[in-house]
Amino acid sequence: MTTPKRPSDTINLDTFLEGVWRDNPVFVMLLGMCPVLAVTNTSMNALAMGLATTFVLLASSALVSLLRGFIPKQVRIACYIVIIATFVTIVDYTIQAISLDLYNALGAFIQLIVVNCMILGRAESYASKHRLGKSLINAAGMGVGFTFALLCLGTVRELLGAGSLFGIPVFGEQFEPWVVMILPPGGFFVLGAWLLLFAWIKQRKATKGKQGETVHAT
Amino acid sequence: MSENAPTDVEPPAAARGSSLAMIRALGVIAMLSGVLVVLVYQITQPMIAENKRLAIERAVFRVVPGAVDRRDFVVTETGLEPGQQATGIQIYAGYDGDGALKGIAAEAAARGYQDVIRILYGYNPGCECITGISILQSTETPGLGDKIGTDPAFLANFDALDARLNDTRSALRNAIVTVKHGTKTQRWQIDAISGATISSKAIGKMLDDSTRTLLPRLAPHISQLKVTEP
Repeated sequence: MTTPKRPSDTINLDTFLEGVWRDNPVFVMLLGMCPVLAVTNTSMNALAMGLATTFVLLASSALVSLLRGFIPKQVRIACYIVIIATFVTIVDYTIQAISLDLYNALGAFIQLIVVNCMILGRAESYASKHRLGKSLINAAGMGVGFTFALLCLGTVRELLGAGSLFGIPVFGEQFEPWVVMILPPGGFFVLGAWLLLFAWIKQRKATKGKQGETVHAT
Repeated sequence: MSENAPTDVEPPAAARGSSLAMIRALGVIAMLSGVLVVLVYQITQPMIAENKRLAIERAVFRVVPGAVDRRDFVVTETGLEPGQQATGIQIYAGYDGDGALKGIAAEAAARGYQDVIRILYGYNPGCECITGISILQSTETPGLGDKIGTDPAFLANFDALDARLNDTRSALRNAIVTVKHGTKTQRWQIDAISGATISSKAIGKMLDDSTRTLLPRLAPHISQLKVTEP
């Protein structure tokens, strides 16, 4: 962590970008795998799940940050869980009010946002130590990163598994869908492929950096 | 456990103050949470109820061709109760623009390949046949089992699936059965989808079970549905 011992209140671009790229909750920290694998069978589900999680993350981070001086250390986890559960319930009702079809597609995974370790992790390691503004920006970054990752999986799985994107067919009649991609194993395949890609990019960057150093030294 | 032990033994005076703080924090947060949840519940409840009503309506109009209006009834042991409160089998009667009965819709469920499949089916008392099915809940395999809701050839089984009662009006004349793909010969048989036999059989079984209990009980009261004015 780059955060110094005494939490600084300076907000810079990295506060936001940390979650989007460097510490992406899915591709780097591998947090919240349960919804990542389960509801990314279509882009629409992935987007809805990402937005729902982002809302819960933002709202709970804000409240935890505001109440951080008020919550005693011994009961902090219980308090965080109650706060998170409240916002998950709100999201649950709201999605039902917006669209029952979407609600049925997401199934139990809306309620399961409560136990998404990314959200509790943010509350514990960030929101409880930083001011409201900084926590909100960091949570927004994490939410965007999570939604981005879900969309990465959702679009690939829907394209290959159903030949469509957000429900609109893109490949025409001749395309034979790889049904396995929208089944649970497809989630693992696609996640594995993305992780491989990210690891490769990271490794290439590291090797390049090293080469540059040696050249510089000689 | 071992981590908790030291904190249990430590008896400083500060602990008393902090337990008050703990109770206060938990109490305030629980109260705040309660207020928020109740508030959102109050706001969204009418919208959710409306969404559910529309979803049922859409499904009923799909399985009862020609219906533009619906009314709810419950088939009890002794007769027919309007509304949804009575205990018994819930049915939805569909009427056309002139208020004439076009058919009824009822739910049926049975275990499929993955999980329970729930459908709404339409029944026309005139031809004593099933006029359509609509999947309410299904987690069948995409591309195979989920064809029960999309395959045109399979759905054609339910354009007029025979569900006649016997002469004493106490049971179905012919049990509804699912037969192997391409071997359908009778009007009460369902032609299975090749590659989705278990899901197809589940549809046959649930229709048979449901009509077997519902139709004999409904038969004496069917005229009641026809004369009910809006």
